[in-house]
Amino acid sequence: MKIPLKYTFRSFKAKKLTTVITISGISLVVFVFAAVLMMAHGVEKTLVATGSPDNLKITRKAANGEISSIIDPETQNVIRTLPDIGKNPDGTQLITNEPVVIINISKGSGELSNVTVRGIGKVGMQIRPQVKIVEGRMFNFGLRELIAGESLHKRFPDAQVGSKVKLAGDYWSVVGVFTSNGSGFDSELWGDAIQLLGAFNRGSTCSSITLKLADINKSDDFKKAFDSDRRLQQFEYDTETQYYEKQSAFLATFIRILGIFITVIFSFGATIGAMITMYSAVANRTVEIGTLRSLGFRRRSILGSFLIESLAISLIGGAIGLALASFLQFFSISTINFSSFSELAFSFALSPSIIINSLIFALIMGILGGFLPSERAARMNIVTALRAG
Amino acid sequence: MRILKLIYKNTLRHKLRSSLTILGIAIAVIAFGLLRTVVTAWYVGVEAAAADRMITRHSVSFIFPLPYSYKQKIEGISGVQEVSFANWFGGTYKDKNNFFARMAVGDNMLDVYPEYAVPKDQLDVYNKERNSCVVGKDIAEKYNFKLGDIITMDGDIYPGQWDFVVRGIYQPKYKTTDGTQMFFHWEYLNERMTKEMPGRANDVGWYIIKIKDQTQSATISEKVDALFKNSPAETKTETERAFNQGFLASTSAIITAMNVMSFMIIGIIMLVLGNTMIMASRERTREYAVFKTLGFSGFHMIGLILGESMFIACLGSFVGLALVFPIVASFEKFIPKTFFPVFYIEPITLILAVSAALFIGIAASIFPIQRVLNTKIVEGFRFVG
Repeated sequence: MKIPLKYTFRSFKAKKLTTVITISGISLVVFVFAAVLMMAHGVEKTLVATGSPDNLKITRKAANGEISSIIDPETQNVIRTLPDIGKNPDGTQLITNEPVVIINISKGSGELSNVTVRGIGKVGMQIRPQVKIVEGRMFNFGLRELIAGESLHKRFPDAQVGSKVKLAGDYWSVVGVFTSNGSGFDSELWGDAIQLLGAFNRGSTCSSITLKLADINKSDDFKKAFDSDRRLQQFEYDTETQYYEKQSAFLATFIRILGIFITVIFSFGATIGAMITMYSAVANRTVEIGTLRSLGFRRRSILGSFLIESLAISLIGGAIGLALASFLQFFSISTINFSSFSELAFSFALSPSIIINSLIFALIMGILGGFLPSERAARMNIVTALRAG
Repeated sequence: MRILKLIYKNTLRHKLRSSLTILGIAIAVIAFGLLRTVVTAWYVGVEAAAADRMITRHSVSFIFPLPYSYKQKIEGISGVQEVSFANWFGGTYKDKNNFFARMAVGDNMLDVYPEYAVPKDQLDVYNKERNSCVVGKDIAEKYNFKLGDIITMDGDIYPGQWDFVVRGIYQPKYKTTDGTQMFFHWEYLNERMTKEMPGRANDVGWYIIKIKDQTQSATISEKVDALFKNSPAETKTETERAFNQGFLASTSAIITAMNVMSFMIIGIIMLVLGNTMIMASRERTREYAVFKTLGFSGFHMIGLILGESMFIACLGSFVGLALVFPIVASFEKFIPKTFFPVFYIEPITLILAVSAALFIGIAASIFPIQRVLNTKIVEGFRFVG
């Protein structure tokens, strides 16, 4: 016969304070656990959303990021001769050679921050249809004008329409703000590639090449030609999505390892808290347990009842922690991405797997904390239990 | 004195509960110590900066080079003792995951940075050879570099294949000195750039200025920057400390997260200890009523509960302190050396951890004390656990 659930919930009421404290302990741990996973997921989501699976990105093999990648003009020409590159109706190839530099911009509090400046051509806008101007206008090709990503626009006083940014001894005016739906581009400044190359005295050397194939599913010819060309040995291609996935790997892994290491330590604390609560619940109810046993309840039912009590505590705690963590989705933070060496703004992002993992984590704490005490309750001898107290 | 004995006996009454609580506090002390140590390791570049060194870089950002000709001009400024320079080489050694700092440096670099201690005989050989390099003790151990070995790098910023011969292994002089860097002659880099990419010949990444009097740093910084004002490559000069801090400013979100977490640990453990104390005093409600009947004052009650709470907190922090050293050491082995080149527990971390534990001891007893003081004797006797 099973012990009614009512018994479990009534006993919460009997020791309100202790139950509340244990629940808050577990919810704090789950909150931190979920927050860390959401942060790592946010970084990945932001960067992966930056690329499009239809575009190919070419960089130097040895380079960790776009800023240390260099593609000389001869190589640029070799790449243009590769087969199957998409074309516009007027015959221009869908290929964009982009110089990328980092500049320092004031964050307002006097602190300087690294910001990526990307030079793009007309095709650059065309193969990234997700990019839209939300304020002001597009920069004019041939002029020293810039457009700022939405996240930059929010955090930097210098990235407003009408403000001027000093680049290589000249002032460039910011004429517009663009959005790419929260992707990594939103943390960048964009300008005319040719103007930027001139300003930074870079000749026609670019950092990366992005191109669109006529049909991404028929990329074998392109790949074969690329791989077999000895002049392209030092370069590599990825789909844009893959490229940005790799860029996010380091930062996301770092956040995860550090975060999980810390939450595991935290969870020991919370498990101990649950254990203490359950042990005392057992100790306080010795006589009750004796009574239940003499009424004919099985040892198994008593074990079950106490385990359910601790699982209920941990699940409630887990749900509260998750609910609190889900509010974090409204916040966006920025940190340096070690791979690109410039600032990246991202928001905490919740995913179904994070919800499931956090609840499982809470349940594990409940089982670990509840098992030994429940086992003790189940093992009690009826006579001694009744005599206690 | 009796009260001490009573506290001791009370603590032992529920051995399991007390030891679990002690374990919980110990874990909190360890977690706190570990987190603070990571933050310390993060800031180590700032700590390691010398007060008499300044860094001059391109005003737009550090990725733009400065002309080599600036060296002589900076040397001419009064108060400047010595000028050296460096370029970030980047590149890849075998695999992209093998990250450590590689820099092309001026010949007097190791004079300006005496904390990278290279034995005299090794230094002489290094200075004589064109393609020689000096590596830090930690990377020499990690990649098993020995004197005379050839290291081949795949260049990215400086494209092509580059070979270096290991001619020196430096020992970090201080606790905060980074032992994971590699230096080689700037001349070697420049010769090849002159041949292959003449447009990028005579480029210098940043200048390191050693000044005679560290109180003059502000004036010298102004003088240097004024010298190159309105040139195509304007400069930004700051103390080494400020320069390193600038690098860290952008990671402040992560540091904030870690600081928030270290406070959360304290919060969680306060809950655990508070729980224990509340349960203990709840079980003893009748005893306290007996004490009160016997004429013990509220003061005694406070002593009894606070004492027990503090006793458990002290034991917990003691165990935690004993364990934090081996655990930090194993964590250090677990993460790549190049990530946190310097990893050590600062004394202030320990002091903070212990004071946090003591604070928890006090805070955890407030609630039960209040409850005991407010319970009337009769109510206490009536109480059924």
